[in-house]
Amino acid sequence: MVAYNYVFVGLLLLLAIGFALAPLALVALVAPRKKSPTKAEVYECGVRTHGETWVRFRVQYYIYAIMFVVFDVETVFLYPWAAAYGSLGWFALVEMTAFLALLFAGLAYAWAKGVLRWA
Amino acid sequence: MDVGTALIAQSHRVDLSLSTAIVWALWLFVGFAGVFPGIVAYMVWLERKVAARFQDRIGPNRVGPFGLLQPIADAIKLIIKESIVPRPADGLIHLIAPVLVLVSAFLSLAVVPFAVGLAPIDPPSGLVYLIAVSSVGPLGIFLAGWSSRNKYSLLGAMRAVAQLVSYEIPQVLSTIPVALWAGSLSLVTIFDHQATFGWNAFNPPGFLAFVIFLIAGAAEVNRTPFDIPEAESEIIAGYHTEYSGMRFGLFFLAEYLSVFVVGCVATVLFLGGGAPLPFSAFPRNLIDGSLGGLVAANAILLTVFLLKVLLFIFVMFWVRATLPRMRIDRLMNFAWKYLVPLCLLNILLAAAWFEVVVRPGRVVASRWATGMIVLGMLTAGAVQLVFRVNRRLAAAAPIDADWPTVGSRAARAGR
Repeated sequence: MVAYNYVFVGLLLLLAIGFALAPLALVALVAPRKKSPTKAEVYECGVRTHGETWVRFRVQYYIYAIMFVVFDVETVFLYPWAAAYGSLGWFALVEMTAFLALLFAGLAYAWAKGVLRWA
Repeated sequence: MDVGTALIAQSHRVDLSLSTAIVWALWLFVGFAGVFPGIVAYMVWLERKVAARFQDRIGPNRVGPFGLLQPIADAIKLIIKESIVPRPADGLIHLIAPVLVLVSAFLSLAVVPFAVGLAPIDPPSGLVYLIAVSSVGPLGIFLAGWSSRNKYSLLGAMRAVAQLVSYEIPQVLSTIPVALWAGSLSLVTIFDHQATFGWNAFNPPGFLAFVIFLIAGAAEVNRTPFDIPEAESEIIAGYHTEYSGMRFGLFFLAEYLSVFVVGCVATVLFLGGGAPLPFSAFPRNLIDGSLGGLVAANAILLTVFLLKVLLFIFVMFWVRATLPRMRIDRLMNFAWKYLVPLCLLNILLAAAWFEVVVRPGRVVASRWATGMIVLGMLTAGAVQLVFRVNRRLAAAAPIDADWPTVGSRAARAGR
């Protein structure tokens, strides 16, 4: 059963979480805890923080994120093609060249539109 | 191809038998009780020593001989430090974020075939699993920066997302040639394939893919010159500004563990895993069913594997000691305008290499030589093409149009 593979992943996940939480638990037992209002301030180079932090951020980051989603999904389409390439023959290569050309056209369009410009 | 089929890692399906359970238990116990913390702790020590040498210093030498006990002293220090959480922060997410980053690094190790029997699982979609698991890391980094409610943290988190997301595309695309040649997404099959056809880094498209993978890998683990998410001189410490004590320690652990993981993946995909010689079944032909042969083969494989990873790690330290940080616009440009088009071209070159060399099913010297020469020229041409086009486009645009504050062309010429 292939599914048993993921039994191991589950075990590893649990142990990894444990590995991360164990020192934190130790810290909770051992480390000193002295609260003070000044210490709990946000650290911004000693200057009192000004204004709201959770603000709307510049749109450039969002555009890159969209580009990422587009390309990542398309990359996942490339994997099965790559794995089966040996048994697919020439037509698959032609098709994939067309697909890559489409991908590249998308990139070139974004490029020409100035999406890749950081300003 | 199936030299060492005997062991669990070689089969896609795992029967939950007693021997499997024992191997899993051993792997997990040895890994978590000694190997992973040890590797991370001594990577930190090694980095400090190596960096010190590069800067004409000695490095840690007070705690134990050659400062070898320094990691232990550091761990004790981190544990007895107070964990300070800022008052306005989102407490729960602030706690979860470092755990997520560390877990993501650990999960990647499940599919790495350190030696013949030492890949605990070998899912047929190993590469996809690897990508899926490793993209949880950026999520943790973003949550850390966002939950701290610190403006520098937020800046760091935003930069981290932009950078990690951009470099993930070339990193993923550069693994496609490897999957194409092996005809599988399983890391063990990719490892086996290289025993027959030579290491993937040693053919022209493979070398290009390897270089791209290294660059993107360095960016994925936020190491200099790609450390803008935690640029100390600009934004304090970026996304982990508000982390102290052991919570900061977890980020630290995760960073070094990720470097180790990227090294392991690069070794498996491009450097023939633990094989000491290309084009040779050694040491896997030592496996003849006897326990002694199995142990000997695995000992050689594991040693060579770790040496290759160590070499990779050293290169990362070396690059860090040598190069300054990149500016964010150049960083993003490099990913999208250079690496992504190169990766797309490289997939076609990889298909050509498959037709010339891999198609016959075994290495034919004449075809291999033809492939090396023709594809070497084509690959060099592809690199030239991408760089030329980029230069020409950049020359057509005004200088530093992306960075308007730097000044006009005239002002720069006058200086």
